[in-house]
Amino acid sequence: MTAYDAVPGLVETKEAYGETTLVVDPARLLEACTYLRDEQGFAFLSDITPADYLGWGSSGVAGYIGTRDGRDINVPGTQGLARLPQPKPKRFSVSYHLLAHERPPRRVRLQVWVDDGEELDSVVPVWPTADWHEREAWDMMGIRFRGHPNLVRILMPEDWEGHPLRKDYPVGGEPVRFSGEE
Amino acid sequence: MATVERPPVVWRGTPPYEGSRIPTPIPTVLQVDPSEHELEDVLTVNFGPNHPSTHGVLRLIVDLDGEHVAGIAAVVGYLHTGFEKTMEQKTWWKCMTYPERIDYVSYLNNGLVFVLAVEKLLGIEVPRKATWMRMCMAEINRLHSHLIWLGTSALEIGAISMLWYAFREREKTVELSELVGGTRMHTRYFQAGGLAEDVPPGFFPVCRDFCRQMRQGIDDYDTILTSNKIWLERTEGIGLLSADDAIALGQSGPVARASGIDWDLRRDQPYLAYDEVDFVVPVYRGGDVYDRYRVHMDEMRQSVRIIEQCLDRLEEMEGEPWIADDRKVVLPPRHELHTSMESLIHHFKIVTEGYRVPEGEVYVTIESPRGELGCYVVSDGGPRPWRVKFRAPSFVALEATATCMRDAAVADLIAIVGSLDGVMGEVDR
Repeated sequence: MTAYDAVPGLVETKEAYGETTLVVDPARLLEACTYLRDEQGFAFLSDITPADYLGWGSSGVAGYIGTRDGRDINVPGTQGLARLPQPKPKRFSVSYHLLAHERPPRRVRLQVWVDDGEELDSVVPVWPTADWHEREAWDMMGIRFRGHPNLVRILMPEDWEGHPLRKDYPVGGEPVRFSGEE
Repeated sequence: MATVERPPVVWRGTPPYEGSRIPTPIPTVLQVDPSEHELEDVLTVNFGPNHPSTHGVLRLIVDLDGEHVAGIAAVVGYLHTGFEKTMEQKTWWKCMTYPERIDYVSYLNNGLVFVLAVEKLLGIEVPRKATWMRMCMAEINRLHSHLIWLGTSALEIGAISMLWYAFREREKTVELSELVGGTRMHTRYFQAGGLAEDVPPGFFPVCRDFCRQMRQGIDDYDTILTSNKIWLERTEGIGLLSADDAIALGQSGPVARASGIDWDLRRDQPYLAYDEVDFVVPVYRGGDVYDRYRVHMDEMRQSVRIIEQCLDRLEEMEGEPWIADDRKVVLPPRHELHTSMESLIHHFKIVTEGYRVPEGEVYVTIESPRGELGCYVVSDGGPRPWRVKFRAPSFVALEATATCMRDAAVADLIAIVGSLDGVMGEVDR
């Protein structure tokens, strides 16, 4: 029983590293946000962070060694003790870091999981500061926000193709001008 | 053509205005209101991205009705360098260099937030000497940031001599950085587990000297600006932001404190050892450029106080360790490499493969000179971060441009954008 059991659409509550993560159903995101702002006092949206988990848990992507059960001594070069990480429900997580201006301050991470192409409700009506954060999430990760008043790229040029922070976006794939290789 | 009407100077002690001034439907874009402006009189002017008064490469698209700003939209991204993508490719310990370069004006504070995030995942115990030295350096860096803000903002409004006075003391702060970390900026002085080097010999007298000079310097700035008629005319009642609007727009740091929000993470969510030092959080209620200036000035005085308390404590810690004794994360002492095989192996493993950070996600926030600086880090248990994201206070501060620019004249634009203290490297990352 925690203080956040009444959050609409709550799927799971996680406690790790002293931080509370509330995983909610993407379909009820707006309801959950409105509830947290109006009933729980989270008037301040600190950040919206998307993360791409493509390739999470498969070898060779981030360089961990071993199997899900731990160390595998039969494979060459596996001196590491790292375990394979816990699987994730979908490809993208979008985390909303909220703050209540109280003493001591309360912080909570509201998290939703979406697959490529799934849309989320925009939280601009709840927290106006979400405007640029959602534009950045669209620009960098390609997550669309339904009902955003101005969902255009913010950091990359308007005609840019692809979303650079996705895991399948190559590093160094961009042609360098005046490099003599044109 | 509409006549230029300056908003009335706010009586200090009341919130600046009733009701929200955040534009609709887009909270960050002020659109021309056809009921107030003759559309054929409105002239759209491009401002920036390369303009000396925009604090970097910020582009503003301004709709002008005579001198009156009828609409404004900020365009960012010209300094986007993909720090977050780059950090995903590097091992944890190599990543330490990147955050400092994101916000090159408050480099140590940016380095600090990433180090704190990594340490939170690692669960590593940091020696108290490192904690106090970090606090000392973070405050020196806050002075550096505020001095650059003060100098350039005053310069942009026309008080050219302020720049030279502010940079006189700013030079001392980077010299302290050089003494401590070897380089004037981007020192990479904070490491997971502690500091890169011990407090250098001769640091205390030099730093105490700096504190004395800084006090004198702040008095000088006070004399030049605080009751200067021209400065008051240019800043009072300009760029209004109410407390409610500031919260809704995610404002933090000096911008929020100038709008009457009594909030400072150093006091309200203490990290390092901020709960053991004595300082006051300045709060003003005018919500205008002048109050942002006063918050910056008062914060500088408080930073000097904190530095002096840090020095008192650090002097008692002579000879104590400055980095954690954890050979899986911290590089072994250099001299051991010649005598100990284990040290050599640890050194080799950390440098080539990097240390591993336990799986998990954390969000760490500190009070940077610009406000709430957050760092969200995801680790998959490997030697490289899976995802790093910085919550840049400058990025959020620029979201308030449209609200602050409502009813402003074009001449106030420089003062307002300057007062929000955006560092474009941090905005665009």
